Parts: sequence; C-alpha cells; structure tokens
Amino acid sequence: MQTLMIPEIGHYALIIALLMALVQGVMPLAGAATRRPLWMAYARPMATGQFLFLAIAYACLTASYLLDDFSVANVANNSNSMLPWYYKASAVWGNHEGSVLLWSLILAGWSFAVSRFSRELPRDMLARVMGVMGLVSVGFLAFVLITSNPFERLLPNVPQDGADLNPLLQDFGLIVHPPMLYMGYVGFSVVFAFAIAALLGGRLDAAWTRWARPWTNIAWAFLTVGIALGSWWAYYELGWGGWWFWDPVENASLLPWLAGTALIHSLAVTEKRGAFKSWTVLLAITTFSLSLMGTFLVRSGVLTSVHAFANDPSRGLFILVLLGITVGLSLLLFALRAPRVSHQVGFSWLSRDALLLINNILLVIMTVTVLLGTVYPLLLDALNLGKISVGPPYFNALFVPLTVVLCLFMGLGPLARWKHTPARDLFRRSWLAGLAALAIGAVAPLLYRGEWNLKVSLGVVIALWIVLPMARDLWAKSRHSAGRVAGIRRLSLAYWGMILGHLGIAVTIIGVTVVSNYAIERNVRMGVGDSVEVVGYTFTMTELANRRGPNYLADTAEIEVRRGDSQRSFTMTPEKRLYIARGMPMTQVALRPGLFRDLYVAMGEDLEDGSWAMRIQYKPFVRWLWLGALLMAFGGVLAVADRRYRRAVTARDPERAVAAEPREATT
Amino acid sequence: MALITRLLLCALLLWPTLGQAAVEVREFDDPVTEQRYRDLTATLRCPKCENQAIDDSDSPIAGDMRERVYLQLQDGRSDKEILDFMVNRFGDYVLYNPRLEGRTLLLWGLPAGLVLLGALVVVLMVRARRRTSARDLSAEERARLDALIKRERTE
Amino acid sequence: MKRRLLLLLPLVGFLVLGAFLYMGLSINPFERDSALMAREFPAFELTTLEDPERVVDASLLEGEVTLVNVWGEWCPTCKQEMPQLLDLADRGVRLVGVDYKDTREKGREFLTEFGNPFEVNIFDPEGSLGFELGVYGAPETFLVDREGIIRYHHTGYIRPEDVRETILPEVERWR
Repeated sequence: MQTLMIPEIGHYALIIALLMALVQGVMPLAGAATRRPLWMAYARPMATGQFLFLAIAYACLTASYLLDDFSVANVANNSNSMLPWYYKASAVWGNHEGSVLLWSLILAGWSFAVSRFSRELPRDMLARVMGVMGLVSVGFLAFVLITSNPFERLLPNVPQDGADLNPLLQDFGLIVHPPMLYMGYVGFSVVFAFAIAALLGGRLDAAWTRWARPWTNIAWAFLTVGIALGSWWAYYELGWGGWWFWDPVENASLLPWLAGTALIHSLAVTEKRGAFKSWTVLLAITTFSLSLMGTFLVRSGVLTSVHAFANDPSRGLFILVLLGITVGLSLLLFALRAPRVSHQVGFSWLSRDALLLINNILLVIMTVTVLLGTVYPLLLDALNLGKISVGPPYFNALFVPLTVVLCLFMGLGPLARWKHTPARDLFRRSWLAGLAALAIGAVAPLLYRGEWNLKVSLGVVIALWIVLPMARDLWAKSRHSAGRVAGIRRLSLAYWGMILGHLGIAVTIIGVTVVSNYAIERNVRMGVGDSVEVVGYTFTMTELANRRGPNYLADTAEIEVRRGDSQRSFTMTPEKRLYIARGMPMTQVALRPGLFRDLYVAMGEDLEDGSWAMRIQYKPFVRWLWLGALLMAFGGVLAVADRRYRRAVTARDPERAVAAEPREATT
Repeated sequence: MALITRLLLCALLLWPTLGQAAVEVREFDDPVTEQRYRDLTATLRCPKCENQAIDDSDSPIAGDMRERVYLQLQDGRSDKEILDFMVNRFGDYVLYNPRLEGRTLLLWGLPAGLVLLGALVVVLMVRARRRTSARDLSAEERARLDALIKRERTE
Repeated sequence: MKRRLLLLLPLVGFLVLGAFLYMGLSINPFERDSALMAREFPAFELTTLEDPERVVDASLLEGEVTLVNVWGEWCPTCKQEMPQLLDLADRGVRLVGVDYKDTREKGREFLTEFGNPFEVNIFDPEGSLGFELGVYGAPETFLVDREGIIRYHHTGYIRPEDVRETILPEVERWR
C-alpha cells in the first residue's frame, strides 16, 4: 500500500532531529566554556526532542514496512508482502540504512536517558556530557541523511511487491541480536562523553567514576548479551554448529568488549583508589572508538567484501572521516589535557591494585592482538605485499594462552585487598582452592570421558581456579553474628555483580573447553530405516517427506532418537528448504538442546538413491557458552543496582550539595 | 547478523550447481587421519567465499578442495605437503594460519613483544608505587579522606 | 614534556591505522594475483569440447601467445563477456577456452548461441584443470606466453575497456 505522507514525515523528523542534535552539540558545550547557565540548559530539552523526533522517524520507517509501502526503496529491497509482521518490523534493521537509523535512535535514547537519570550531575558536567553526545549524534544523523537515507522513494515506478528479506535473516535472531549489539556499541558513547567532559572540565575524581560506572556496566552488559546472541544465532542458523569464527565482523564486536572489560576494571581502581586516571580516560575513549571502528569495518566493507550490503565507497569514506574526527580529536584532547600525576597511590605486588593493573595490561594486549589479526591482511594489501588470511588458528594460538594467564590472576583478584595483602593471608585464602582446582581438573576428563586430556584439564582447572577462591571468599564474607542469611544479605550488590561476572567467565570457559574438545560430528548417509549411533544416542530415519511452507519448499526428514536402551524416544525433523523468491537453498537444523549436551542434525544433500547425507553432531556443554555470557551481563547490571550508585553522589559538589542533601535524607 | 551476511554472499556468488554435497560421507582408516582431515579443512580458507574455512562452506570449490585433502590423506601425504599443494594453486590466501615470514613478522611478533613490554610496565609501575604509601597523602587529601570515612560510618 | 609526548602515542597509532583504513577503501579483496603467475601452465590431458576423441595437453599452448579463458554455460557473466572475447579474436589474439564444470551439450549450445572466439575448447567437466589453475569461479582468464608460462591473470568479467587498457597491451608485451 502506498502511503501519501508517512515516509516524508519520517524524513522531516530526521532533519529536525539533526538540527536538535546540532543545538545539543553546540550550545551546552559553549555554555559550559563561557559559564552561561541558559546555554547549558539547552541540553535536556534538545536531548528529549531529538529522541522524540528520531522515534517518529523510526516509527515512520517501521510503518512503511508494516504497510508494505513498496514505493519506499528501502522497503522494496528488503521486505515482501508475504513476510510475517514481526519480520517486517525487524527487517527495518536488516539492511544498511535502517540499521544506521536504529544506531542513531539508540544513541539518542542513551542521550535522553543520561539527561533523565543524571540530575545530580553538576550542571557544567552534564552540559559537556550532553554536548559530546549531541556532536556524535550530529555525525551519524548527517551520515544517514547524506549517504543512507532510508526514506528514498521509488517514484513513479513502484514495484508490485518487495524483493523479500533474505531468508537467512528471517529468524528470531534478527529480532534480538542487532538491537542488543547496538545498545552495547552505542552505550559506550556515554562513558566516552563522560571522559571527554572530564578532560574539558578538568574534573576527574571518585565522584566522576561513580557517575560513569553504571553507564559503562550497562552498555557492557548489553554488548555481552549481543555478542552471545550473535554466536547462538550463527550456531543454529548456519547449519555447521560453529559458534565463533573469528570473522572480522565478529572481531569488530569483540574489540570494544575487551576494551570495555578493561575499562570496567580500571574504573574500579580509579573510583576506589584514585589511581590510573589518565588510563581510565584513555580506555573510555578507546572503547567507544573501537565501537565506531567496528561500525566502520562492517559498514564500509573494507574488511569484509566489496559485495557486502554496505559497499558504497562514499559511505565508507564518510564513516572514516567521522571516525577520524571523533577519535582523532578525542585523542588529541587526551594528549593535551590528560590529568597530570599529582600524587601517586602506593600499592604492593600483592594487592588488588596490582592484579587489576595486570588484568588491564592483558586485556589491552588481547585487544591489540585481535585488532592486529583483523586488520593485518588489509595492512599487507595496502602495502602491496600480497593477500594473506588471518583466521581461527592464529587467533586461537594467541588468545587462548593470554586468556589462561588472565584467569590465573583473576582467581586471586577477589581475594586480594586494595593496597597490600600480606602474602600469608593470600596464601591462606587460596591454597586449598588451588589444590582442589588442580585435583578436580586433573581427573575431570577421566571421569567424563575415561581418558586423560590435558587441554580439558587446563580448562577445568582455570575455571575452578576462578570459582573456588571466590566461593571461599563468599563463605568468609557472609559470616555474621545474626547467622548466614543475614551475612549474605549484608553483602553489597556490587560484590554480587563481581561474583556473577567472574562466575560467568568460568562457565563460558567450561563450555568452550568441553565443546571444543568433545564435540562429535558424524557425516552419514541415511535412508528411511537406517540407524546410526552417536555417543549413546541412536538416530533412526523414519520418514522422508516434502512439505510446502509459506514461501519455500522443503524436504524434511523425521529422525527418531533414542538414548541407549531407553523406552522413550523423541523426534527430530531437520529440513532442507528452497526459498522460491530468491531460489535460495537453506538448511534448517533440528536441535535438541540440553544443559549438558545439544543434539544437532542437519540435512545435507539428496544422494539420489533414496538416501540423504546427514550431519549429526553431539555438542556437549555448548549452552554453557551463552549461559556464561548471560551471567556476566547479569553481574554487570546487578553491580549498577548497588546502593552507592542510587545514592546522590554529589555531596562533594559545592553547587549542588545543598540541593542533594534533603533528597538523601528522604531516600 | 554479519555472519549471516557472509554466508549469504557465498550463496549469491555465481556457481555451477552440479550436485555438490555440502555434507560428504567419508570413510577414514583411522581416527588420527580423520582428525587431520578435520584440522586441515578447518585451516584452509575457501578462496571463493568471503570468509569461511572450506569445512563449513557450501561453495563447490570448497567441496573440490575437501575432496583433494581427503584423497591426499589417503595417499599418505603429510600435512605440510597438502598445504603446499593448495598454496601452489591458490596462493597464501588459503592459509588461515599465516606462515612466519618477513611480511608476517609483525603479526606474530607484536603480541609477543607486547607481552614482554606489558610485563616490564607492570614491574616498573609496581616497583615505583611500592615506595609510595598512604603517608604521602597531602594534608588536603587526608582531610578529604577523613571526611569520607566519617560519612561512610554515619550512613 | 616527555609525558605529554607519551600521551600522543595513542593519537599517532590511530592516525597510522586510519591511513591504512583509508587505503583499504580502494582495495578489492576479490582481486588476487594467481599463484601460478610466472609459472608453467599446469600439465593436463583432456579431450576437446568439439571432439570427444581428440586429447590435448599443455603443448597446445606452446609456440604462440595464447589467452586461456575459463568459462561455463552455467555462468551468466561469461555470456556478458563473450563480445569482448570475440573482439579479441578479431584482433588476431589466439584464444583457447576451458569449458569448466559443464556438460558437452550445454557447452556446445552456449557457443552456438553466443559465438565462438576460441580456436579450441578444452573440456573440463570435473574441473580438474580448473583446480590446477587455482580457478575458484568463472570467468577467469590467463595469458600464456610462447614458452607456456603464465604471464597475466584476470579474475572475473572482462569489461570492454579492459580489452583496450590491459589485455591487448599485455598480449603485445609477451609477443
């Protein structure tokens, strides 16, 4: 259906949002520089207005999708009248233009959230934060309007129907993965803006970190979930059972995650000890820069392919210029205004400070390694030194040992105190856990599979080395005169957040270790009546059939699965689909998920004698990968709920202190 | 999403559809050879697709390459011979594990260098900071600290 | 002062990376030199498309500078490329085709329909010669000199301007 005005309204709303972003980017910053409260006061209303108008623009595009307005080029290229409504709504971000619009909307959303929830912030600090976010927004809105306008019309030759959303994208994964990922990417813009504001205003103290930390944690939690969802989606959608490919596009999301993880920890040091200030600011800038660079790498097609869906060189150039201005100026500002070392905070080898320093150094090395491996083929190519590939073997060879070392220090982290921990105490708190980890790790593969396996032992040892000392610490800390329950309730949410975050890492490590070493894949020829046994499960093909879906034809197989001699059985039905509109074949995997193992059946090809090539996989502990990520994200969010963040944190700000006091009394 | 885009590209590229089977049923004499087959097909990059190892690509050339790897394993060739065979035809591009040579020195060397540098930084920083202690707080900082401690206690 | 210089390091690092990313914008990842450059045309023994009885080998390419074009009936780009190849043949360039992963009937139909600029077509139904050549898609074109050494390689579609700007000069160069 062609609508008269909706796309135009969206377009106008987009332009108004850009103008508002411009005001938000200029006035408060100028106001903060010249100490004019009126100018600074522009920040809040502009953020609100920008968010509102972007929401209108976004709603208009969504409406065009839902109403099948194929006169809009973006809709015609990416949707189809037969598409279910929820895929129409998510097809909005299944393409370049729409996804950049979503990016901008989310940025405006974060900006709006900061303006709502940071009322305790000193006026000039808030003005600077909002100003920086406004400027970033200007860049992206200009990008949308100039190079990637989603509202462009195909007039007068309006197509009868749309080209359809790519079948691979017609999945629940498309609905949840990109928004989560973008929430994470864009969320780091808040801590970035805080860092720039601190550099501009020259204020970088414990209060600053208390303001910045919750935003960082939440963005990091979103990114964690986003990455996990992407991995999970690829796992079941692509039909190969892989969950991480070290693809440039995946690395682009891992880079800000690694830097963000370092940032979360260095913020802790800066808050508690006032140390690593410049470093924290640099990490904040780096994390968001890596998010921007991820966007550049994906959107420009530099690392992926000239055939990627955003391969317009002008777009690539635009984002590169945007990246250059944003990151270049920030780093220049950093070089000029990074806080001087006025005093040094002392700590010893055996201190939480030192362990967090090591944590940061290792995470930065991991970030640089992933970045280097990702762009190295490009570097060589640009220097005319030939085309090479850098893939999983390289990344695994470097990333795995670095992770192991990181985890060795991670086990000690929660046990160590700030500044200094007597060696005796540290040893007393960790020796039993270490010994137990070694012992259990050594025998775990033997118990699980009946033979030694060094890699598995190592994985189990480091996972336990993270968990056991923490468990002991929890036990010790929850001791209370009024009983254990009271002791547990006394523990801070920040502490629980740390526990869950670290537990999540351990769970993910177990998942990675077990599924990498014990996954079984059998490629077999199967006809009706044929059976095959994989790790105690008997797979019997009972039926082959054809089926007609709404927009595809499918060959389906019914596989009856029985465990051992068990009476109970269940059925798995993998499909091989042919999507008619695009003539695209697709494998629809049959999955039987479980906490300790997944069964995974994919149909290959018709072998033309009544049998099919089938890929049957046994994936032990694969769920733990994503379960761990969820725990990490939950930990990050839980830490934000800690009471010290809910408390007014402005006591030290003379201007607002008076206003903050009464509120403190009432809460 | 990006992964999906990538796979999709592979499917969109123009290729003959001459009954290629993405899932091949292969017989191996022993589990060691089977493991070698898996490792080799995981480290060889499909030259046609955007970024996929030949073991998870539906592209016909990936199928051809898997077939060659399999046949050469049956012939008793070593891993290095098989990789050389592929490089001779498709170039270094097909190796996911780049060889250590002049142009990849930085690739392999930089992380190692960073680890050494990182260790050095940690040692220097901790040694420098071990000497500093809370006694060095300025009077103003001490006052702030006391105020903070007082506040924490009253809450 | 020394510390300020240290603080500039991230900026310098970023600028270097940015410069590479800028260069990367104009790189086509699908343009890769053949690994066979400056090496002998691989040995093969295959029949011709025209005559199933006639067996040819690499000696077919010796004695004259030859353009070897890998094509197939299933490949739409090959169809678009035919006018350029016919043009090259008209200009006196010797062309040999490799009918890659095709059937004899379809290959012949293709030539009847789109014209035949090739002196002879090597019939490679299994893609074995293609594999030896490191071909991973069609069309691909190799320039082989008098001694049977591969001197130039073109991946994908040959545009009309490529004929004038690169192919003909290369042919002249090795003649």
